[in-house]
Order: sequence, then structure tokens, then C-alpha cells
Amino acid sequence: MSTPEDVPAISLQDLSREYVVRTRRPGRLGRTRGVVRAVDGITLDVAAGESVGFVGANGAGKSTTIKMMTGILQPTGGGLRVLGRSPVPERRQLAREVGVVFGQRSQLWWDLPLRDSYGILAAMHRLTPAQHESRLARLVVGLDLSGFLDRPVRQLSLGQRMRGELAAALLHSPRLVILDEPTIGLDMVSKEGLRRFLRQDRAERGTTLFLTTHDMTDVERLCDRLVVVNSGTVAYDGALDGFREALGAPRELVVDLAEPRREISVPDGVTVMAVEADGIRHRIQFNGGEHKVPALLAHIGAQAEIADLTLGEPAIEDLVREIYARGR
Amino acid sequence: MLAHGRIIAASFRQYSTYRMATAAGVFTNTVFGFIRASIMFAAIAAAGGELGGYTALQAATYVWLGQALLAPVEAFGTREVSQRVHQGDVAVDLLRPIGFLSLYYAQKLGRAGFLVLGRGIPPLVVGALVTGLALPEDPRSYLLGAVSVLLAITVAFMADMMLNLAAFWVIETRGLSVVYLAVMNLLSGFLIPIVWFPDWLLGIARATPFPSMIQTPIDTLSGRVPPAEALPLVGTQLVWVLALASGASLMLRAGQRRLEVQGG
Repeated sequence: MSTPEDVPAISLQDLSREYVVRTRRPGRLGRTRGVVRAVDGITLDVAAGESVGFVGANGAGKSTTIKMMTGILQPTGGGLRVLGRSPVPERRQLAREVGVVFGQRSQLWWDLPLRDSYGILAAMHRLTPAQHESRLARLVVGLDLSGFLDRPVRQLSLGQRMRGELAAALLHSPRLVILDEPTIGLDMVSKEGLRRFLRQDRAERGTTLFLTTHDMTDVERLCDRLVVVNSGTVAYDGALDGFREALGAPRELVVDLAEPRREISVPDGVTVMAVEADGIRHRIQFNGGEHKVPALLAHIGAQAEIADLTLGEPAIEDLVREIYARGR
Repeated sequence: MLAHGRIIAASFRQYSTYRMATAAGVFTNTVFGFIRASIMFAAIAAAGGELGGYTALQAATYVWLGQALLAPVEAFGTREVSQRVHQGDVAVDLLRPIGFLSLYYAQKLGRAGFLVLGRGIPPLVVGALVTGLALPEDPRSYLLGAVSVLLAITVAFMADMMLNLAAFWVIETRGLSVVYLAVMNLLSGFLIPIVWFPDWLLGIARATPFPSMIQTPIDTLSGRVPPAEALPLVGTQLVWVLALASGASLMLRAGQRRLEVQGG
């Protein structure tokens, strides 16, 4: 017997999904049958308690992967297990242990007060009244739902509804939380509120989080690990911390000198990209893995007096965009 | 079961909030009841006071019960599930920890519960006051009638579900709905009692589930068919429930296999 902690929360082995697409060509009878590989051999293991940001451009295969993980969609190749279960045949059992938010869809009852949806969901998940009450109380405080708990869902603003959706997904205290673009369309304040509660809830319960998003701030605030998918395959998989180094993405050091200088010498492997303001400002690019800022500054400081400096980190977003572009 | 109970209650409550729609529906059902009753009266008068075993009072009862059952049975069909399949929202339904058909059936029962009260009773009251209703002589007709109404609701639900689940295979189910509606109107005994049909058409009607949706609950509840004779009709309803439920679950299983919820 293995305890739940031993079993990886998510295990995808060479997972693939093909769609058959029939297109009609003008001037031709019949339709041509084409096969699109939405997911093309993804292998991924997520340990219990990890938080993974699963990012990729539109059409990269994120949603298809999530649909296979939740048992809605049958893989056409490879295998997968989620919380030790096989998703398609065990979809309903899995639904008791997994909480899912599809940012584009609602799982709340449109015409009923928000509170009623939780009553139905609690009954579906066989929560005792005590479990239901204490968990809902926690969610109401954490997601600030008290102002609109008795309002019909159709009257809620997008931000309120998304908080309501998240509470619906977390009501049964799932071990695995899968969020598909949970912050789509939300303003900064609403996004931050959602993220804050997700962090708290994860800290309290040690849940596994699997998140897709187009907002890299979501990933930076919520995830330890980043997986970038491109054209249905894993293009990057590693710790978020090491992402910049792993890509060899250049950092940028901008120094302003006290006296103008036509040029300064830099160590090998470091490039001066531009000299601006008649020799006052020098833009220098270097690899963060090979060169350290203090050594670089000492090298330059030996040649000229440094009046000011700024250090530029490449935005995660730019790096991810770079990966998308490579795959095209 | 507790979950289903909650869903039934929530669905009942949800429909009870649509007051304007309920009032408008009652008005329409009642107006059409008068139109249909006057046509029936004219036909029965022309036939010399009785037609195919129906007196004027029995015909009035047939019409008003039909108008009363129309909303709760939803024999005209629904579109919610087919739309959810097309828009991919069916994914959310499949992620619930309870079965898809039982989830929708519970919602249907809650809705039907409200519609029996809100849309069923008023036309009957109007009918009782204006044309009078033929009440059953045997009190067991009420009990068996109630069972028959529940089964009629279930037969219509399962047939409607099969129609909606066709959305897994066809892009537009409206064409199917139009055909279904035309066939249902005639063969269910909603427009005219099926015993007025020529034998060959009566044979066809009895081979379909449609009489189980309208004709059987009307006959059983009104006592026109006494309980002893109604029992096999109710048995037929039960057989249709089982047959259509198996059909719907087969379609659901096959549909899920080819489900391609793309985008979003």
C-alpha cells in the first residue's frame, strides 16, 4: 500500500491527443480529412504539494492537457494518472478529490443566489453540514464573498463571479487544484486578491496546484515550477528561479560614468551594446550564469568613476515569448 | 441521493422565481385550451353527442389535462443540453461528482414539480369553472394518475435527452427537433385522442413512446380508462422509461468518447 504522498499528483507519460479536422475546400466536393496533434507527447511528473505554472501560447495544447487530466477527454496516445487514478474511467471519483476552475466557463447556477450553488455542491461532494459551514466560512473570509453571497450569480461582476468560481472549486478541500486561466479578464486588484488567497490556502492545506495562465505574474506569485508548452510538447520544464539562467538570457547592466568616455573595456563574453549620451551611459549585456555583477562593477570601476547604475532583468514574459517564437 | 434532493429543491426554487413567465404561460395554455375545447365540442356535436367514446365533458377534461401537462412534461423539448454540448460547457457538467443524466433528471424533477403547481393547476381550475371536468369515479385513479404523470415526465425527459445528446454528432439539432415536434404532436395524443386515429395510425402510435408522454397520463388521471385497464398502460410507460434511459446513457457514453471540447 502506498500513501497518497508517495503517489505523484500528476503523471503524464508521452501523452498525446489528436483531433480530426475536416475542412471543405472551395470548388471541391467532399471534405479533406486532416489530423491536428494538439498534444504531442507530453511527459510530466508533478509531486504532491508542488505548484506548477503550465504556460503556452493559444493553441499550444494547455486546455486539451487539462481536459485529459480531468477525464473529460480521452488521450489518443500515451498514458496518464492523476492522484493515482486513471482519469477517464475514474472521472467521478477523481472529481471528489480535484477542484477545477475553467476561467471561461461557469460551474455556478446562474439564476440562484451564490450561496445556493455551494449548498448543492456540498451535497454533491457529501460534505457534512459542519464541514460545509466551516469551509464556506473560511472561503467567504478569504475570498471576500460576504457582500454578494445572497445575490443571484447572473448579477455578479466578473471579479465577484471568479471569486465565487474559485470558492466553488475549493469547497470540498480538494488535494489537487487545477486552474485554467483563473484570472482572465480580471483587474489588478481582483487578480491580487485571488492570488493571495490561493497562496494562503495552499500554505494551510499543502495542496498541489496546476495553473495555466497568460499572465506571468500569476506564475511568479503562485508557482515554484514553470512548464512551457509549445506546439503540444514541453519546451521548458524547471524551477522558476533558474528559468532565466537556464535560457542563458542576458542580463543588462547600465552604468553612467562621472566623466564621459568613448569606450570601456569589459571581460570576455561581456558585450557593450551601446554608448549613449556622448560617452556617459554604457549599456552592457552579460550572462548571469557566467559573470557576477560585483566583479563586473569592479572591472569597470578600475577604469572610470561610476556615477550611477541600473540592472535589468529580462521579464519572464519576454523569455516565454522567446520560447513560443522558437517553436514557430 | 441527498445531492439529488438538494438539486430538485434548488431547481424548484429557481423556477418559482420566474413569475412573469409563469403567468404568461398560464395565459397561453388557457387560451389554447378554450380554442381546442371549442373545436372538440363542434366535432362531438356534429357526431351526435359522442365521438370515439368521448362525451363533451370527457373531451373537455382531455383538453384541460393536456394543457395542464404540457409545461411540466415539456413534450415540446428543451435545448439546454444540446447548447451546452456545442459551447463546450458540458465539460463542467462532466466534472461534477454525480452522473450527468441523474443531475439533469433531478433538475427536471424540480422544474416539473414547480410547473405542475404553477402551470398545471390554473388551467384545470379555469376548465373546471367554465366547461366542467369529468372526475374519476375510482379514487385509485388519482394515485395511479400521479404515478403516470411522473412516468410521463420521465419518458419525455429521456426522449428529449436523446435528442439533445445528438449534438455530440450533428452541429445543429434544430432540424431534428422540428421533426420530433411534428411527430410528437400527432402521435402523443396531444392534438386529438389517439383512439380517434384509424387503426393503422393507432398501431404506429402505440409502437412509439409518444402516447406515454400525454395520452396515458390523461387517460389514467381522468379515470376515462379505469385503474385496472390503466395498469398495463402505466407498465408500458415504465418499459419506455427503461428503454429510453438505456438509449440516452449509451449515447452519452459514445458521445463522451468523441467529445472534442475545443477552445477555452
